[in-house]
Amino acid sequence: MSKKIFISGATSAIAHAFARRYAVQGAHFCLLGRNPEKLAIVKDDLLARGASSVETVVIDFSSRHDYTATVNQAWQQASGFDIALLAQGVLTDEKRSHTDLAYLQESFQVNALSVIQLATVLGEKFAEQGKGSLLLISSPAGDRGREKNYVYGSAKAAVSVFCDGLRNRLNKTGVQVVTVKPGFIRTPMTTGFDQSGPLWADADVVASDLENAIIKGKSSLYTPWFWRYIMLVIRHIPEFIFKKLSI
Amino acid sequence: MQKNAASLASWGNYFHYAHKCHSPEWRYQALPAQASLLPYGMGRSYGDSCLNENGTLIHTSALQNLIAFNRETGLLRCEGGVSLASLIDLTLPHGWFLPVTPGTKFVTIGGAIANDVHGKNHHRDGSFGCHVRCFELLRSSGERLLCSATENPALFSATIGGLGLTGLISWAEIQLIPVNNAFLEDESFTCDHLDDMLELFRASRESHQYTVAWIDCLASGSSIGRGIFSRANHCRSKHLPQSANIRPKKSVPFFLPNGCLNRHTVKAFNAVYYRKLMARQKNSRIDYDRFFYPLDSLHHWNRIYGRRGFLQYQCVLVKDARDALFALLKKISHSGQASFLSVLKELGGTTSPGMLSFPRKGMTLALDFPNRGRETLALLSSLDEIVRESQGAIYPAKDARMSAEMFANSFPQLETFRPHIDPAFSSSFWRRVSNNKPEGQAT
Ligand SMILES: Cc1cc2nc3c(=O)[nH]c(=O)nc-3n(C[C@H](O)[C@H](O)[C@H](O)COP(=O)(O)OP(=O)(O)OC[C@H]3O[C@@H](n4cnc5c(N)ncnc54)[C@H](O)[C@@H]3O)c2cc1C
Ligand SMILES: NC(=O)c1ccc[n+]([C@@H]2O[C@H](COP(=O)([O-])OP(=O)(O)OC[C@H]3O[C@@H](n4cnc5c(N)ncnc54)[C@H](OP(=O)(O)O)[C@@H]3O)[C@@H](O)[C@H]2O)c1
Repeated sequence: MSKKIFISGATSAIAHAFARRYAVQGAHFCLLGRNPEKLAIVKDDLLARGASSVETVVIDFSSRHDYTATVNQAWQQASGFDIALLAQGVLTDEKRSHTDLAYLQESFQVNALSVIQLATVLGEKFAEQGKGSLLLISSPAGDRGREKNYVYGSAKAAVSVFCDGLRNRLNKTGVQVVTVKPGFIRTPMTTGFDQSGPLWADADVVASDLENAIIKGKSSLYTPWFWRYIMLVIRHIPEFIFKKLSI
Repeated sequence: MQKNAASLASWGNYFHYAHKCHSPEWRYQALPAQASLLPYGMGRSYGDSCLNENGTLIHTSALQNLIAFNRETGLLRCEGGVSLASLIDLTLPHGWFLPVTPGTKFVTIGGAIANDVHGKNHHRDGSFGCHVRCFELLRSSGERLLCSATENPALFSATIGGLGLTGLISWAEIQLIPVNNAFLEDESFTCDHLDDMLELFRASRESHQYTVAWIDCLASGSSIGRGIFSRANHCRSKHLPQSANIRPKKSVPFFLPNGCLNRHTVKAFNAVYYRKLMARQKNSRIDYDRFFYPLDSLHHWNRIYGRRGFLQYQCVLVKDARDALFALLKKISHSGQASFLSVLKELGGTTSPGMLSFPRKGMTLALDFPNRGRETLALLSSLDEIVRESQGAIYPAKDARMSAEMFANSFPQLETFRPHIDPAFSSSFWRRVSNNKPEGQAT
């Protein structure tokens, strides 16, 4: 049977690559994003690749919303989902957030709160249904605060911890909850960086790892896999050294 | 999205230019305001037609969306950065294949249109441009023009084979061909002489959709033109799979050193390739990937030529094609410079809408030359003479050195084309061939 898939931040390069893999299998989609022009492009692309149906919902995650209503409506329309991927995120302008607290709040709203609130509602729905896969895109940046991205990182840390807890709570319901930590991925979010070099990977690598994680029932993953070892090292650097580093 | 674009090169690794790079993420985005601009697909052109020294390359790698695919009619609309490889993956399972394909599937739709590429079926089906229904052209003025045979027809014709100079093809619509499965029935013959080979081309014209020959360029005397001729049709059976078991890819991880070692490895590479072709059974069923893209199984094979790179020479011979071909092969064999194998194809009389389209009725020969500097350039210039006499042309997609004069000779519609160039667009190739600098100063 073709899968029913809910995606927030659906215009993200990673989410789109993920959706393409299921489109060729004839999946049904409900896509949430803030930009209608981009959503229309993604919708046409998925339909042309074989998606059975694509609904789109325009929503901006930087302000508060009644996510219960949003999810309920989508859930009802699709009569439940098999997979939900929460992919929205912004790379916080760290300098700006040192002085602009409204901006800091907005960035937290997108990176942490919108994800956590959507996951809360979806978690309940999946639990009721007794099955499904809920994937939250966090980041290795949430593993340890660093000078360069600790505002972004602390929001992702909230997502990681929340996700781990939710998995624990839903463990007996048959629902899979996955914490996803992508490394350096060539996407619009990272175009400001020099994206060459062996640490960089394409969005489809993440998409393929996510598909695998669903099939294998994984709880959490670094993608590509070697980030697990990079972060293992980074997490174990003693603080008295770490605080002097600029990495 | 300004990035340093050191990695954007062309396939021959002959030029090493600095570029700025702009990568649009969505097709509705405007072009950057600066000049000069040039679209860049997958850099599978050999010379400088996809390069723009000190200018900006518009890298289309993110423009990968499909827009519509009608599984009943085989009409497909997609963005300009979609590769032929991914198109095959998507459409073959539904019984549709590319109407025309070059010898590599790692080229984009935009690149295939801008060079109006041809395949082994030109004698029957014409060039890629013959199967393009329409496209959207994004001009530096911000205009988005729908171009087809009936709407903006002049820009349509200028853009097909237009070398990326008329604007950015943001999306295009092409008509695919129906196939029953992923396989071809291939027949190969070894030929001892050029005339045997030409006779086979002639005899297979009606009966076979695909024909091609590989000529051993080291042969001399009475063996000139010896090689392998192959012809094929799509397999009709409805009981075969619609996908091929694509072989695991190998890669040449780094540039091989220049000089003597390099000379031997190039010959060895060609010899292995030749033996692979010989080993194909006389009559065999072969999947599309092995048939159309034998070289794609070795990623970065261009690196075997070392950092100095190589030149590909591809021409079409029109008048007295047989004699001209013989003269070319003789000269090449005598020089001892070619890297062993050359590819010979027949081009038919179907004319493409493209003003600067390379394919025209005749025989087209393509072969690689390791870059030995002046010696190589002198040889290629002397080959030009034979091509000119035959009223033929040099293929810009492969070229790194032809003169402005040779270019003008090759493309009689050049002056009709010129007014359609977008004022903010240019390429290193264009600057080289549109003025009268002497040959071979481009490095
Ligand atoms: C192994 C091999 C085999 C080949 N065999 C054949 C063959 O059999 N027949 C044949 O005809 N060719 C052949 N080629 C050449 C190749 O098909 C062409 O050079 C093709 O145009 C490359 O496409 P690309 O996407 O890499 O474009 P690039 O090489 O990056 O660019 C080619 C041209 O297209 C323009 N362009 C690219 N995208 C766009 C766009 N979106 N809008 C407007 N202009 C654009 C560029 O400005 C440039 O002028 C072969 C090449 C290789 C490496
Ligand atoms: N790329 C990496 O290296 C990397 C590494 C680790 C983690 N991640 C995470 O991976 C996820 C996907 O990112 P990506 O790399 O694919 O980058 P991306 O293409 O830039 O995706 C980010 C997505 O978030 C959406 N978004 C941002 N702010 C929003 C808002 N206020 N309201 C609604 N949507 C909003 C964007 O919408 P628009 O398209 O409308 O802007 C876009 O769809 C993110 O959570 C990111 O933090 C990425």
